[in-house]
Amino acid sequence: MEQEAAAQTPKQGPGSGNLLLRLRQVTAQREFIMLLVIVLFATIMALASPIFLTRLNIEAILMALTVEATISIGMVILLISGGLDLSVGSIMALVGVVTGLVLTEGVGTPPAIVVGLLAGLGVGLVNGVLIAKMKINPFITTLGTMITVRGLLLILAKGRAILNLPDSFTVIGQGRLSGIQLPIFVLLFLVIVGDLLLRNSRFLRQSYYIGGNENAARLSGINVDGQKIFYYCLAAVLSGVAGLLLTARFGAASLTVGNGLELRVITAAIIGGASLNGGEGSVLGAFLGALFMGMLANSLNLLGVDVYYQSFLTGLILILAVIFDVVNEQRKLA
Amino acid sequence: MEHILSVERISKSFPGVLAVDDVTFNLRRGEIMALIGENGAGKSTLMQILGGGHRADTGQMYLDGEPLEFTSANDAIHAGIAMVFQELSLVGGLSIAENIFANRQPVGRLNNIHWRKLYQQTRDVLHRFNLDLDPTTPVKQLVMGQQQILEILKAITTEPKVLILDEPTSSLTPAETDNLFKNIQTLQKQGMTFIYISHKLAEVFELADRVMVMRDGKKIGIRDITEVDENDLVAMMVGREIVDVYGAPSYDSTMGEEYFRIEGFTYRNSFIDVSLGLHRGEILGLAGLVGAGRTELARSIFGIGPKNEGRVFLEGKNIEIKRPKDAIKQGIAYLTEDRKAQGLFLDMSLSENFIAPILKMFTGKAGFLNFDKVEAHAVNQIQNYNITTPSTKQKVMNLSGGNQQKSMVAMWMGLQPKVVIFDEPTRGVDVGARFEIYQKLRELASEGVGILLISSELPELIGLSDRILVMHQGHISGEVLQKDFSEKLILAYAAGVKN
Repeated sequence: MEQEAAAQTPKQGPGSGNLLLRLRQVTAQREFIMLLVIVLFATIMALASPIFLTRLNIEAILMALTVEATISIGMVILLISGGLDLSVGSIMALVGVVTGLVLTEGVGTPPAIVVGLLAGLGVGLVNGVLIAKMKINPFITTLGTMITVRGLLLILAKGRAILNLPDSFTVIGQGRLSGIQLPIFVLLFLVIVGDLLLRNSRFLRQSYYIGGNENAARLSGINVDGQKIFYYCLAAVLSGVAGLLLTARFGAASLTVGNGLELRVITAAIIGGASLNGGEGSVLGAFLGALFMGMLANSLNLLGVDVYYQSFLTGLILILAVIFDVVNEQRKLA
Repeated sequence: MEHILSVERISKSFPGVLAVDDVTFNLRRGEIMALIGENGAGKSTLMQILGGGHRADTGQMYLDGEPLEFTSANDAIHAGIAMVFQELSLVGGLSIAENIFANRQPVGRLNNIHWRKLYQQTRDVLHRFNLDLDPTTPVKQLVMGQQQILEILKAITTEPKVLILDEPTSSLTPAETDNLFKNIQTLQKQGMTFIYISHKLAEVFELADRVMVMRDGKKIGIRDITEVDENDLVAMMVGREIVDVYGAPSYDSTMGEEYFRIEGFTYRNSFIDVSLGLHRGEILGLAGLVGAGRTELARSIFGIGPKNEGRVFLEGKNIEIKRPKDAIKQGIAYLTEDRKAQGLFLDMSLSENFIAPILKMFTGKAGFLNFDKVEAHAVNQIQNYNITTPSTKQKVMNLSGGNQQKSMVAMWMGLQPKVVIFDEPTRGVDVGARFEIYQKLRELASEGVGILLISSELPELIGLSDRILVMHQGHISGEVLQKDFSEKLILAYAAGVKN
């Protein structure tokens, strides 16, 4: 990549060799460390369990984290810009339910998907406008929409899951391409494109300025309010995509999916280097965070460890990751 | 001479304040015009209007004869007016390059950032300004002075016709300031026009061609720099002659007994075996370079900083100070050098600030606050300390620097202290408020209160103190009596050349 190439060109000036080491962006370091940890973890697991590195198991891990990882792309951009969205789980369920309802009315799959995603987009728009224009705290705003939307979808579905969705829809979640399940392609596509855009496009790069120093961003000519609204819409649409994939895979729109999802997604993003203070994080980091959590769950399963340990360990890792950041930061300043 | 920028009858009001009042001026092409005035005089608001940060209520602006209509800072930048703000606007996690070219990174097709080009043009800019920095370094790894320079580079790289600098040297070392001035003069030769806001009159005389003075939102006048001296400018800024800023000393060594003494104060290497005595009504200056250990010593006396050893005597009694509460109980007040981060509750009202160290005085038997008493106290202090505020309920963060500092003084004087330790009493405070704070110090001393005055400004220290102790690397390196006061002598002690 160009960034890499530029970073490797020789520098003039004294002590630049030493500088070069320090100069790597914090997020880049984090991703590198995450990769090391994941490889190390996978190696140990491969020795501990012959099943771990089989194609089936890897596919299972990826399928299990499709939802978290897809939504984490939107969430990490929000976190970078200093925002937060707690309503992603509700939006995900809403999009599934709305699409399901439209499908059962006999409408074709593509228009049903569009209607579903529009419903999600609407919630994102409400979040964005309340936060950017009315200056309401993101936590409060999205807590409100999280609860409201959950209620709304129960009303819409009259409290019952929507079953018997047509094959033309379920193929999205159940189909295979060269033998690999479709959602995995969707996920990898979104992660790669998302990471490249957030790293290299001037448009999405604005999120770092907004999260780093909102007033300064405004004075640098960034349309802060517009950007924020866009990020909430983007997060909502990505939640919707996750909802579609999940609904299609189950062949039914459940009313309870996505409960507690928002915190798992935020956890993944933070393990991957994002900060609640904004200005830091990357899509790749968030994906690796989600992957690590997914691998952990899968491993505990394979090793026959009680499922209760999963939550315990995930929390522990989150705290360790944050301590690592703090210590790392202090070491650099010293 | 040709005008590049014309400002005609600009006014701007905020709720309760007329910040800029009918200001008209012309800026000549290629000049450096200094803009001075006390805090709250309207300088920053006027510049915000020029820079697109605020919109004027009435009035017109023309750049090169074209009328200007801004809805955002971006419009101003496009028109050719760039601004460097006092507060840093950098993003710590991003590289030098991405900060200088914030939202102006060179892009390829698809709007993707052209990193190599970005780093190259950053390297060019850094080179032009003699900075040996790597463009990929995250900004949070730089020291303040370097960050300030980046802030200026960020503005300059928009290639403005007019560049507004708002106190750019407040956190720079003398060497960095010199380098900045050289660069400004080079840019001036290349045809750039500057408006330079500063509190430091010496800088104004060094750099500016003309100087404009504002007071209470109005333009007081514009003068060629050659036709005014420092006193003229001060008089224009405060609207009255100040004959003797520091006031006359009331102390004479025969009247005050030594009533406060510290013995053997030591903490690691920051201060070592420091003893000093304070007389009633005396202003004792404490001089020294940054890092000499003065603030650490003061904090330790007050019980908020650590000490390994040290005893405190007040009125002949050995008193134990383990935490600030103990010091306050004994009537010792410490006014910090950092009023924003440590001295005041910025989010809270003036009246709540005033009572913070003396809550007990306003609390009834049941433990409830008596708000009538609080209000009366606040009204009283606002009047006594001449604090400009719309009400006692005003949040302290909305006050100007000078008024904040006066508020902090008012807050601690409510304690009716016996001993006052005052750390940098006039940092970031304008001439008028400075004068009032000096007067209050004199008043306090004449009432018999001893004051330990820490200041990095030698003229202030010499002007106010009755006696000066000098610290060097944690030790008291010298004592200078009033008859021997000279900057040279004090500096010699401070630098450790004499002891």
